[in-house]
Amino acid sequence: MAATTELQKVTIHFAGDSGDGIQLAGSQFTNTTALQGNNLSTFPDFPAEIRAPTGTVAGVSGFQIHFGSVEINTPGAEPDVLVAMNAAAFVKNIKNLRIGGTLIIDESGFDKRNLRLAKLDENKNPLDDLDPNDYQVHRIEITKLNREAVDGLTLSNKEKDQSRNLFVLGLVYWLYHREMETTLTFLQQKFRSNETILEANTRALKAGFHFGETIEAAKRYTVSKADLAPGTYRNIVGNEALGLGLIAAGKQSGLDLFFAGYPITPASDILHFLSRHKNFGVKTFQAEDEIAAITAAIGASFGGSLAITATSGPGMALKGEALGLAVMLETPMVIVNVQRGGPSTGLPTKTEQADLFQALYGRNGEAPIPVIAAMSPSDCFDAAIEACKIAVERMTPVILLSDGFLANGAAPWKFPKSASLPTITVHKATGDNYQPYARNENLTRQWAIPGEAGKEHRVGGLEKEDITGNVSYSASNHEKMVKIRAAKVENISDMYAPLELIQGDTTGKVLVVGWGSTYGASKVAVRWAREEGLSVSQLHLRHLFPFDKELGDYLSNFENIVVPELNNGQLVKILKQEFEGNIHGLNKIQGLPFKAKEIFEEIRKHA
Amino acid sequence: MSTNNTLTAKDFSSDQDVRWCPGCGDYSILKQMQTVLPELGVARENLVFISGIGCSSRFPYYMNSYGMHSIHGRAPSIASGLKAANPNLSVWVVTGDGDGLSIGGNQLIHLLRRNFDINVLLFNNEIYGLTKGQYSPTSQLGIHTKSSPLGSIDHPFNPLALALGAEATFVARSMDRDPIHMRDILKKAHEHKGTSFVEIYQNCNVFNDGAFEKFTDKKQKASTTLNLQAGEPLLFDNGEMGVRLNGFQPELVKLEEGYSINELWIHDPTDTTKAHLLSRMFGDDVPRPFGVLYEGKRFTYEKAMQDQVDASIKAKGLGDLDELIKGKNSWVVE
Repeated sequence: MAATTELQKVTIHFAGDSGDGIQLAGSQFTNTTALQGNNLSTFPDFPAEIRAPTGTVAGVSGFQIHFGSVEINTPGAEPDVLVAMNAAAFVKNIKNLRIGGTLIIDESGFDKRNLRLAKLDENKNPLDDLDPNDYQVHRIEITKLNREAVDGLTLSNKEKDQSRNLFVLGLVYWLYHREMETTLTFLQQKFRSNETILEANTRALKAGFHFGETIEAAKRYTVSKADLAPGTYRNIVGNEALGLGLIAAGKQSGLDLFFAGYPITPASDILHFLSRHKNFGVKTFQAEDEIAAITAAIGASFGGSLAITATSGPGMALKGEALGLAVMLETPMVIVNVQRGGPSTGLPTKTEQADLFQALYGRNGEAPIPVIAAMSPSDCFDAAIEACKIAVERMTPVILLSDGFLANGAAPWKFPKSASLPTITVHKATGDNYQPYARNENLTRQWAIPGEAGKEHRVGGLEKEDITGNVSYSASNHEKMVKIRAAKVENISDMYAPLELIQGDTTGKVLVVGWGSTYGASKVAVRWAREEGLSVSQLHLRHLFPFDKELGDYLSNFENIVVPELNNGQLVKILKQEFEGNIHGLNKIQGLPFKAKEIFEEIRKHA
Repeated sequence: MSTNNTLTAKDFSSDQDVRWCPGCGDYSILKQMQTVLPELGVARENLVFISGIGCSSRFPYYMNSYGMHSIHGRAPSIASGLKAANPNLSVWVVTGDGDGLSIGGNQLIHLLRRNFDINVLLFNNEIYGLTKGQYSPTSQLGIHTKSSPLGSIDHPFNPLALALGAEATFVARSMDRDPIHMRDILKKAHEHKGTSFVEIYQNCNVFNDGAFEKFTDKKQKASTTLNLQAGEPLLFDNGEMGVRLNGFQPELVKLEEGYSINELWIHDPTDTTKAHLLSRMFGDDVPRPFGVLYEGKRFTYEKAMQDQVDASIKAKGLGDLDELIKGKNSWVVE
C-alpha cells in the first residue's frame, strides 16, 4: 500500500502529441478536481495546426492545471508533475519541471523514431541521463500496457492507442486520489453510439488507475477541499462563461439574442456554445466573412435584437468600417474580441493583449466606442452582461476584450442566481413625433424599431443632423455631432460601480495596475510582496474606455505604478499620456500568460 | 396598424430633396417603386429599404419608410440580419453594379444562396457614378473612362448568370425606360418567397450616357429585346422573329421563312437549365431577354432559422437560465 501525503497545492502538466488527446485528459482532470472541491486554474497550450507533424516539438499539445486547498489564481509556473507521452513533450517541458518533481513517461514514445523527431540523438535516450536525485521518474510502457488492457476488442492498434490518454489519466487519478466517476459518466455520454470505443476508453482509465498499485515506491497524494466561500460552484471556461453572459443579458433586457460570427480561433467556441442553446430563443448566424458577421449584427440590432458578434484580432480588423457605421447609427451591439498573438495571422492559438489600441483607435474618423475587458474565465460572464447593459442602455456599440488564456482556461465559479443579475433597460421610442437623434439627459437616443407605425425613419453612415438625423453636410453640425458622440461615451463612466482596489492600502510605494487576464498573476505577485512586508497594492481595470473617474486619484497616491501587459506596452502608454506619475510597463510578448514570479520581481524593483 | 389600401404613391415619398443628377435613370425607378407600393399591401411601418454606397444607394432617404443607407457592399448582410430578427418585414436591398458586384460581391452571392425573403434591386449603369466615372465590373470591355484611358481590360460580369450560379430563386431583368414593365417585375419580385434578384438597366446620363440605348430606343428595341412571358413563345421583332431551341443551342428564326410558332421555345421560368441558357443570351448577336428568367421554390432562411429555434424549444423546453448557468456538474460548499 502506497503512502499518502497531503499537499496544499499541486501543478500537473500533461504533454503529448497534438493527436494524443491531451486536452481531453486535462479537461477531465479539471472537472473531476473541481467536483472534489479544490480551487484550480488551468492553461491549455496547443499548436495552431489540427495535426501538427507527429512527434515533433512543434506538435506538442500541453495542458497545465494548478489545484489546491488554498487560493489558486494562476495555472502555476513550475509543474510538480510532468506527464510526457513522447520525447518531444519531454524536451519541451522538462526545463519547467520543479526539481524534486514527478516525471511520468510513456517509454514507447522514446524509441529511435521519436528521439529523431524530437531532434535528439536517436542512440541516446535522455531519460537514461536523468539524475535520480532530481526527479521521481516513472518510466512506464503505457502504450504496451494499454494495448493489453483493451486486448480482445475489435480495434486496430491505432484505435487502441487512442485510449492511451485515459490510461495515463487513470494513473494520475490514482496518484492524486481522484474519483473516476465523472470521467466514466462523460465517456458514456461521448461514446454512447460506439460501444467498442466506450469499452476501450473505460478499460484504459481503470487499467491506468489500478496500475498505480503496482508501481514500486510510488507515493500517493491528497489535496483537501479548498476553503471556498459557501455557495454553489461549477467549473467554467471563459468562452462558455461569455456565451452564458450573452444569453443572460438577452433575458435581462427582454430582447431576442442574435449572434453572428465567422469561425476564428480562439473565438469560435462562443458561436458553438450559443448554437447549442437555441431553446433560449437564440438565433445564430454563421456568416460568409467577418464583415458580413458584424453587418448582419447591425441589421439585427436595427431590427430590435440584442446583436452580438465575436471574433479575434484579424477579424476585428475587417470589422473596422462597420464599427464606424455602428457608431454613427448609435445602435446597441457588442463586439467581442478574444485576443490572440498578432499582427496578421500571428499566433492563432496563443494568448496576447495586443489589441487594446485596435479596440480604442482602430477606426476612421472620431469613432469612440466603450471598451471593457474580462479578467478571469468566470468574469467573462459578468463582463458580457455589463457590455450588453452599456450597449442597450446607452445605445452604442461596445467592444468586449477577452483573450486566448481566458477563453480556454478553467476555474471554479460560484455562480449567481439569475434573480440577482443586473437589469437592462431598453430605451424604446415613446410618444409621437419621433426624432431619431433627439437625446435624453445622458445623451442617449431613443430606439424605434421597424414595424412600429408612425416612427418610420432613415439612418445611415453619412453625418447626421442633430435631432432629426437627416443627412447633413453642415460644418458646424459635424463638429457638434462629433462632440456629442464623444460626450455620450464619456458619460458612460457614470454607470460604473465604484472602482476598488483588489488588495492593499490606498497609498503606498507600488500600485500594480492591470487589465484583462493578467489579474490572477498580479494577484499572486502582490500577495507575495505584501507577505514580504512590501508596500504594494493592486488595481485591476474592467473599463479601458472610458476610464473609471476615480482612476487618477488612485494613481496619484502611489510612488510607482507597475503595468503588466502581454503586449509591447499599450495601457501603459495611455496611462502615461493621461496621468502624472512614475508609470512603468512590464511586458511579455511570448504568447504565454505571466508567471506570478515575473510580476513579483518587477514589484521588488520599485518597492 | 396603418391600412395600406388608403395610401398613394405620395405617401411613400419622404420629405428629403432628391439629389440625383437631372435626367438620371434612378428617378424612374424611385417613381415606379413608390407607384407600385400601395398595390403590394405592405404597411409602411413594415417596409424597410437597405442600401450600400453609390448613387443608387441614396434611395432609402427618399422613401417614407424605415431605411438604412449603410456601408459599401454590405446591404445584403444588413438586410439578412434584419430579416432574421423580424421575418415580418418587407425588406428591399437597393444596390448598384459597383456596390453589389464589386466590393459587395461576396455579400450578394451569399444572400442569394441562403434565400432570405428579401428583394434585391441592382441598378446597373455599367459605371461608377458617385466617384465620377471609373469603369465598373459590368462595364463593356475596352470602355474608355477616367481610370481606363487606354480602354478597360476587365472582362465584365454577366449579372444574371452570376445570380443563377449563386443559386438565386428569382432572377429578372428590367429597365428604367419601361415603367410598366418595371412595375410588373417589382410586383413579381415582392410576391416571390425567397431572395428576388432584379437587375435594372439604368442610364447614367453623365458618365455613361446611352449604355443601354439599343435596348431602350424605340426604333431598335423591337429587334434587340426579348420580352419574356411565362407560357408564351419567345418572339421579338414585332412577332416576326422567334427563338427556338436546337438541343441546348438557341437559334433565332424568321417566322415567315417557314418556321411555325409551335416550334419556338416556350418560356418556362421554373426551368433552371433554360434560365441559364437565357442568361447566356448576352452578346450583341442575340436579343437581350427582359422579364423573369427564373423563379424557383426553396425554403427561406429566416423561416428555417425560426423553425430550428421552435423545434429546439419543443424538444428541450424553453430554456431555464438558472439551469443553464448551473450546468451539469456543480457542487455545494457549506
